[in-house]
Amino acid sequence: MINLKEATFMGYRRENGRMGIRNHVVILPLDDLSNAACEAVANNIKGTIAIPHPYGRLQFGADLELHFRTLIGAGCNPNVAGVVVIGIEPQWTKIVVDGIKASGKPVEGFWIEGNGDTATIASASKAAYSMMKHASKQQRVSAPLSELWVSTKCGESDTTSGCASNPTVGNAFDKLYEIGSTLVFGETTELTGGEHLVEARCRTPEVKKKFREMFDRYQDVIEKNKTSDLSDSQPTKGNIAGGLTTIEEKALGNIQKIGKKCVVDGVLDKAETPTISGLHFMDSSSAAAEMVTLCAAAGFAAHFFPTGQGNVIGNPILPVIKLCANPKTVRTMSEHIDVDVSGILRREENLDTAGEKLLDALLRTANGELTAAEILGHREFVMTRLYESA
Amino acid sequence: MIHFVVHEPGDVVGVVVVEGVKAGTDLIGWVMDGDSTVNIKSESDIPIGHKIALQDMKAGDTIIKYGVDIGKVVAPIKKGEHTHVQNVKTKRW
Repeated sequence: MINLKEATFMGYRRENGRMGIRNHVVILPLDDLSNAACEAVANNIKGTIAIPHPYGRLQFGADLELHFRTLIGAGCNPNVAGVVVIGIEPQWTKIVVDGIKASGKPVEGFWIEGNGDTATIASASKAAYSMMKHASKQQRVSAPLSELWVSTKCGESDTTSGCASNPTVGNAFDKLYEIGSTLVFGETTELTGGEHLVEARCRTPEVKKKFREMFDRYQDVIEKNKTSDLSDSQPTKGNIAGGLTTIEEKALGNIQKIGKKCVVDGVLDKAETPTISGLHFMDSSSAAAEMVTLCAAAGFAAHFFPTGQGNVIGNPILPVIKLCANPKTVRTMSEHIDVDVSGILRREENLDTAGEKLLDALLRTANGELTAAEILGHREFVMTRLYESA
Repeated sequence: MIHFVVHEPGDVVGVVVVEGVKAGTDLIGWVMDGDSTVNIKSESDIPIGHKIALQDMKAGDTIIKYGVDIGKVVAPIKKGEHTHVQNVKTKRW
């Protein structure tokens, strides 16, 4: 048994006090037009990571705010040591640079208009060089496990997810909750059919009301935009192949991830950073890469990802730990699975021992062991959009 | 050796957790909540991860799993039969 109250990990203490478990130098494009320059910089300065994405032009209102919040949040994430931002023009670039600067970490911005790609790449590469030097001097220091923020989201779920891998996350979350960890779950539409169970777990009437408003708003989006029903999308084709029949069944499996004891202490908007410890619900899409990206932007440093049929997702800055209880998936896709909990369905292990195994994997990952997704180069960074660009 | 699991004692379906279940096989199920076992004969081939009916059901009946409503029966189901999108549908959306 891991003594969680005494458990520590070796991570990176950032300027704002937060603990990270990776030491990335990120080359961050403000917009689609700057991806090529960012990738060129990452190619010049070895060890840096470019995070290309397709958006950032002509967005407005809440959608633009979410765009900025996601980029600034990704830059501020404690797994990041320093950031080079490149945009097509200086003004929006400066918004992202200033936002990241508030975290106290090194950040510099560059823009392409008036300079061209090659000059921008040259000056940004020099900045990336200095940041890589800075990052390489950071030493891992010891911190209590409760300082590690952990997010969860499942994907390509099947019935084994609800039987075993999701309850394993729930068991680990219950244990982390007890030591005062900061935790998050989301997937608003994938609570459909079990929303009453989440409501019953909310700490205060205010939290419950906020959760209900977010849930109902998302149901309205579905009602407004659906063609017949969502049976071609929720559950997904993969879910149905895995034996999940209805959204209610999928949701009840999904909710197993918040365990039996955790209380929902807070409700977050997309990519919003929590200000208190405890378990938070984040309003989010259930698409894996979108949700995990929002968790990274909210400042989470490690992620539990249970899968049934074998989702292969990773994230450039948030290590994704995959667990699976489907023996066929574990056999056919073993290179993607960090923690095999299929023994539960053979009655060879119980949720408590499986939860311990997952926490052990969390500690090893926190101390620097690479996850399957990191080794395989899965760096899916997907921005959530709220509506069309102007 | 178990062939399927049931979340709660009141559930009307179980989940097959082994590969290659054929029609006419005697199966042993594990009811996780309460840690008991149940025996049933399969009436269909059922892939791993898919559900088996624990009782006869008619159109309009409610499917209970995790002790909660997960949808409605849209075509009659016999005890031991494969229970999935061909005979069950969501009540939402």
